[in-house]
Amino acid sequence: MNRILSKSQNIENSTNKRHRKEKRFKSLCLGAVIVAILFLIILLSSLAYKGLSGFTKTTIQIPIYFNEEIIDPENTRDIAVINKASFRKIFKQSLLQKFPEAKDNRKMYRNISKIFSRGSTYLLKKMVLDDISLIGKTINVDLISSSTIDQLRKNNINIKVPESDRPVSDATLKIYDQLNTEGVIKKRLNFSFFKYGDSRNPEEAGILGALLGSMFTLIITLLLSFPIGVLTAIYLEEFAPKNKFTYFIEININNLAAVPSIVFGLLGLAIFLNFFGLPRSVPLTGGLVLTLMTLPTVIISSRASLKAVPPTIREAALGLGASKLQAVFNHVVPSAAPGMFTGTIIGMARALGETAPLLLMGMVAFIVEVPTSIFDPATVLPAQIYLWADSPERGFVEKTSAAIIVLVLFLIIMNSLAIWLRRKFEVRW
Amino acid sequence: MNTTLLTILIISLSIFAFYYAVYKIKSAQSLNTKHRPLHSYYGWYCLFWTIFPALLFFCLWTFCSSIWIDKTIINIITLSINEEGATNISLQLNAIKNAANGILTDQVPKEILSNYISLNQKSEFIRFIATLGIAIIGLFFLIRKINPDLRARNKIESILMVLMFIASFIAIIVTLGIVLSLLFETLKFFSDVSPFEFFFGTTWSPQIALREDQVAASGSFGAIPVFTGTLLITIIAMCVAIPIGLLAAIYLAEYASQRTRTIVKPLLEILAGIPTVVYGFFAALTVGPFIRNIGETFGLSIASESALAAGLVMGIMIIPFISSLSDDVISAVPNSLREGSYGLGATKYETIILVIFPAALPGIIGSILLATSRAIGETMIVVMAAGLTAKLTANPLESVTTVTVQIVTLLIGDHEFDSSKTMAAFALGLTLFIITLILNVIALKVVLKYREKYE
Repeated sequence: MNRILSKSQNIENSTNKRHRKEKRFKSLCLGAVIVAILFLIILLSSLAYKGLSGFTKTTIQIPIYFNEEIIDPENTRDIAVINKASFRKIFKQSLLQKFPEAKDNRKMYRNISKIFSRGSTYLLKKMVLDDISLIGKTINVDLISSSTIDQLRKNNINIKVPESDRPVSDATLKIYDQLNTEGVIKKRLNFSFFKYGDSRNPEEAGILGALLGSMFTLIITLLLSFPIGVLTAIYLEEFAPKNKFTYFIEININNLAAVPSIVFGLLGLAIFLNFFGLPRSVPLTGGLVLTLMTLPTVIISSRASLKAVPPTIREAALGLGASKLQAVFNHVVPSAAPGMFTGTIIGMARALGETAPLLLMGMVAFIVEVPTSIFDPATVLPAQIYLWADSPERGFVEKTSAAIIVLVLFLIIMNSLAIWLRRKFEVRW
Repeated sequence: MNTTLLTILIISLSIFAFYYAVYKIKSAQSLNTKHRPLHSYYGWYCLFWTIFPALLFFCLWTFCSSIWIDKTIINIITLSINEEGATNISLQLNAIKNAANGILTDQVPKEILSNYISLNQKSEFIRFIATLGIAIIGLFFLIRKINPDLRARNKIESILMVLMFIASFIAIIVTLGIVLSLLFETLKFFSDVSPFEFFFGTTWSPQIALREDQVAASGSFGAIPVFTGTLLITIIAMCVAIPIGLLAAIYLAEYASQRTRTIVKPLLEILAGIPTVVYGFFAALTVGPFIRNIGETFGLSIASESALAAGLVMGIMIIPFISSLSDDVISAVPNSLREGSYGLGATKYETIILVIFPAALPGIIGSILLATSRAIGETMIVVMAAGLTAKLTANPLESVTTVTVQIVTLLIGDHEFDSSKTMAAFALGLTLFIITLILNVIALKVVLKYREKYE
């Protein structure tokens, strides 16, 4: 009796132990999921935290006197004359008017001019070229601040450390405070971020060039990979005889899907650039390489969606007297089209985020001009991110994060489009 | 401008071809009641023969004429070099091409430049006229042929079949291109540097010396430190990804409700969809300094480009590759196994560990192998967060370099194609390609074999 009792006691004990183990294991698994999601949240929020301020800029309003004697002394109002005029002098004169104490103090003047973006003189010139009637007038102009001041306003610079350890000197800081109390320092949305190409000065750098480069590259990729991929998928799924050769093609495609992307870059470098002599750094060659990279994705997803179309559709079409090609192209392919589009969009999204092969194709150069065609040297969005991430200036950190936000936004849009397409048009047979 | 006009002309011509063919067959058909063909096939047939030969000619001409022009110019340059002394011919050619595009016009001889420009203009003019001519000839030829006895549908179908066959051939060409281009450069490299030194040497400093007397002037190509660096970072990544990915997969497949699954699975897959350059930035700017600061508080000196930071972030990126595939594999284990185990009184934990896990093991190993190959071939994270100098070390707190980093640093920017420095990159690329290929083939085999067992 006693032995039986102790046995059941034992069993109960071990059952409890087993159940506790069960609970521990479950929470361990749950913990893994939570950790993974936590990583995602940390990644995205650190980017948002760093990047959102990249969409604003700092401007400083000061009165600028467009001195006629400097710009156009002979009153010709000729564009060539204005183009040649020294707007640096205009800028200096106006600054000295605002800060008369810097007149004979070169060091102080340098500190003051460091507050403004190095592109300020170009801005003044552009203003006059746009509106000639400004000559001879004094107006308040919102000049873009230098990146350091921008960072200062965004509290990214610790001013408590000793002067030698921070990018702003005490003198500049004093001027900044003075301007701040005057209320001329303002925060604005940085539209020029979307309007200009790359620049060495963080406050002037924009992503338009990279965006257009990405667009041109993706257009090439789409135009090539979609038709080739879909035709391949149709052939392999519907027409190809089941022999060793077809099997070989299939194995090839599956392997290509898993080849590291940098190998495609090596291929492009050796074949497109070296052998065929195509130009470097242009969207055309970049798009060709990305095509080779996305083809397997397009083929595999297109095949999957063709496979999902039930054979009854084919048989009904054939039974009504359609030829094999008519059955496939008029009936099977339209039903499989949403799946094909989805696969293509996902492939395109991956191509948009791809950097490594394009580095080897030279699409990572410092290019200020905004590309206008597929033959212009260009860089792409991820390559621009890579370039900026390598720049030492503090101002480029938030630019990089801002560019990443733009890139991720595009990826979200493309992927949601793919999901929407699938939900909306997918037929469950 | 020229090409834009040509494109517009060709497109309008082809639209005309289509509609005219349809119109013609319609009017011919009313006379002949025996055949009732489908009109649009005639249109497509006509359109194809209008565009295709013209396009083919355009591409061939562009390719051939550029080569021919280059040759002619090189001839002229070599003639003039005899007077001026030896200069780099291909450099001169590039300078002329740049000058023709309006860059640095004053650095090249005027005569050759004008010669080049006029040759180009001639070639473009001939291209314009001939392409248009071919399109028009094709159009007229076809329009004359159109009558109800022409089996347009059959013709279109055979054209489509040929196109499809060519398209499916491209995959093979790409593989062949990869293998051949890598192999070719690698063989050239191995004629310079012995394969033995490459695979077993322990110093990697591929920089070619600028001066004769510089240290390591010849450059040394022992790739062992590069391989060990790759291995170290991959191992760190897998140490992060395998436990998290596997446990997450088990949770999703066995414990989670349907609703949690539909929310959590896409969330995890976002991790795989984030561009690697973003991870690289995150690793270099957030994780790297974070790890270094932690090390400092414990009195450890950690390199800011430590293998740990790169490996950790790479591991995060790899998680969904493991979790997603393993989840599929675990879900594919037949329910009868689970129920049998529950029926014998096993808890869920025991069922998972003793029944489901062994049953799913081949698939799980397959997913791990695939993820490993992904980690080995990953480029941007290591380029941005790992070091450049090759160090033979197993210490994750030091900075190491990887195969992909070396490929990028050797090939980025301008370079000549015949230095052993660039060819070394191709040798590394071939090694990378072969290793990942082997991993993938094994993984796919294992996964497929396992699937057959239960289906």
